[in-house]
Amino acid sequence: MTEKIHESNSWLIENARWIDPGSNFDQLARLLFVDGKIVGFDVLDGDLPPDVQRLDGRGLIGGPGLVDLGTVFGEPGREEDETLTTGLMSALAGGFTSIAMSSNTLPPIDSPALVQFVQQKAARANLAKLYPLGCVSKERLGEELAEIGSLVEAGVVALSDAPRAIDNTALMRRALEYCSMFNRPLLDHPEVLALSRGGVMHEDMTQLVLGLPPIPAEAEDLATARDLRLVETTGGRLHLMSISTSGSVEICRHAKSRGVAFTAGMYVSNTHMLDEQLRSFDPNCKINPPMRSKPHIEACLKGLADGTISILSSGHRPCSLEKKMQELDIAPFGMVALETAVGQVVTHLVRKGVIDWLGFFAKLSTNPAELLGIEAGTLRAGAPADVVLIRPDLSWIVDAPAMKTKAYNTPLHATELIGQVAATFVDGVLKHRV
Amino acid sequence: MTGQTDFPASILSTWKHRHLLGLEELSAEEITLVLDLAEKLQAATESGRVKLDLLKGKTVANLFFENSTRTRNSFSLAAKRLGADTVEFSSSGSSVSKGETFIDTAKTIEAMGVDAVVVRHGTPGTPHLLARHLNGAVLNAGDGPHEHPTQGLLDLLTIRQQRGSLKGLTVALVGDIAYSRTARSNIWGLLKLGAKPIVCGPATLVSKTWEKFGVEVAYSLDEILPRCDVLNLLRIQFERQATRPFPSVHEYGLLYAMTNERMKHTKPDMLIMAPGPINRGVELTAEVADGPHSVILHQVTNGIAVRMAVLWLLLGRRATT
Repeated sequence: MTEKIHESNSWLIENARWIDPGSNFDQLARLLFVDGKIVGFDVLDGDLPPDVQRLDGRGLIGGPGLVDLGTVFGEPGREEDETLTTGLMSALAGGFTSIAMSSNTLPPIDSPALVQFVQQKAARANLAKLYPLGCVSKERLGEELAEIGSLVEAGVVALSDAPRAIDNTALMRRALEYCSMFNRPLLDHPEVLALSRGGVMHEDMTQLVLGLPPIPAEAEDLATARDLRLVETTGGRLHLMSISTSGSVEICRHAKSRGVAFTAGMYVSNTHMLDEQLRSFDPNCKINPPMRSKPHIEACLKGLADGTISILSSGHRPCSLEKKMQELDIAPFGMVALETAVGQVVTHLVRKGVIDWLGFFAKLSTNPAELLGIEAGTLRAGAPADVVLIRPDLSWIVDAPAMKTKAYNTPLHATELIGQVAATFVDGVLKHRV
Repeated sequence: MTGQTDFPASILSTWKHRHLLGLEELSAEEITLVLDLAEKLQAATESGRVKLDLLKGKTVANLFFENSTRTRNSFSLAAKRLGADTVEFSSSGSSVSKGETFIDTAKTIEAMGVDAVVVRHGTPGTPHLLARHLNGAVLNAGDGPHEHPTQGLLDLLTIRQQRGSLKGLTVALVGDIAYSRTARSNIWGLLKLGAKPIVCGPATLVSKTWEKFGVEVAYSLDEILPRCDVLNLLRIQFERQATRPFPSVHEYGLLYAMTNERMKHTKPDMLIMAPGPINRGVELTAEVADGPHSVILHQVTNGIAVRMAVLWLLLGRRATT
């Protein structure tokens, strides 16, 4: 339940444990922000503005607002799945203050007009901040380059065809070269489609038993290796968005040790959801990358812990009930995750000691903000007061239909998570509070 | 003949399942119960000459999203021999093209007063989704390459009738394991009843991973042939294969077709089975299909028997209470 939203943009949040990965800060403190900008932790009572709102953050953990990469919304074109407004409300409820939205709209974001359309719609909604990603290829077809220069001019922060893979190796090479001129990262979903086409689930023992069409791990491994080899030649900035296999982690680790410049990320659901869940035949378990088997998940966790994987994204991909209530081979990939991401990461990574709270905010806020080059992911003085407060120990049951997102396709419905967003501030304004 | 005295409701109380979705989830005792009951019902109906009224007043719907003649007719006959009414629905092509999901279709049919839905579909898990949305019983008549439990049961019954028991028998499933629901249902049934299953075929259709389930994996039919008690020759599912997993039908035949020449190297009493429809000349030659080792027609007969058994187990309790 969201209480009355205060329009004040000056707050003093007291008694919370504050985390700021940029300055390696982790301690109980009070944070002041005034007129939508962070002032700092060490403020004297005498320096407080007279109209400041106070919030007792006892028991809460605070940090920079979360930043999501490649979030899929449906507008324009698939408003039955998600509109910009419902998507951005979902973001706030999940603690995300900046969304780098996927170009996967209808039509796809491959022209300045579409960039402006989503920017204006998001500005009017006045919720979380929206940063559009532009298509790498015209119409997102993976055949020829989109007008990347014009897209950058119009304000895209990065280029990506994800969740679709760039299957054409020649196009991928050209795209890396071309993007490097504009100093914008290319966000790729590594997958060799010739190996995975028609696939529904991870190829392994469970898949063998269920007889569902397989998505072999090597479909991802080969694309990961391909991308890393290409970027070594072309230069430019590459981010692998959706690592999920032990092979990919190993290939990334090896490339890093050789000094190849790139970043790797994964979707939160791939950090803990096992392929065995498909035994339910629930189309909500059909996601891409698919839920993998245990050895893959364990390898990914090691990659998260040692920094090989530096970014966590929600993988939010809404699909209307009508689309998901179909046979598994026809049902589209995807699950909504903006509102469960914090709970998933706290439950399955922080509480299990895979990452600590500095790692939590680094992977969900500071690192993705740095990749995009946006003003976010930090609590340093003068930065926009995009702030999230989390109840780290609160246990709650996911109630999918009650979420802000328009679609509620999630296999996590009715399951327990620990850790919930308590409040989300954007530019100092309290936009969401439980 | 009413049948009620011969088939006490006490049998029903040992049956715990609301649906029949696969053999993987049945215990050895439950499988044996079905096989025993199938033989009793086979005897009581005198192979179709006598009708029982065990399921009088019940309606069984055949809901087939894939083409089928033998399984559909077998289920219909089984239901009718137990006194149930049957209703037939078929739908080819995807449900999306008709603007209705398959769950809607099934709910519509159930609303017509149907007690059980026999469903065949090209996608694994479809009967399981229906089971979650329907009030009545759901019988899986084949869900893509996943399971075909009544086919598994009738294969087990056929072997048991010929050999008395499955324990210790070496049973090779030959051919297209990857896309075969019959293979999967057989594997679970054979393992549970103590037989030794082998999966044999081209490496592109036979995953090594089966070994992790206690199944022997073989690529050479000629190597395993002398020690097999039963060969179950699976149909090549051309329609499910996106890229052809072997170079040609001719080459497949050279490696895996059961011919009179290969029959010379088998145990003298080896059984030849095939779930049909068979591609004559691909999986086996006409002489072998019609030869003395073949029990293919017994399988068809037993199909009706096991389907009577499972229909009564799923619907009988509702009929008697």
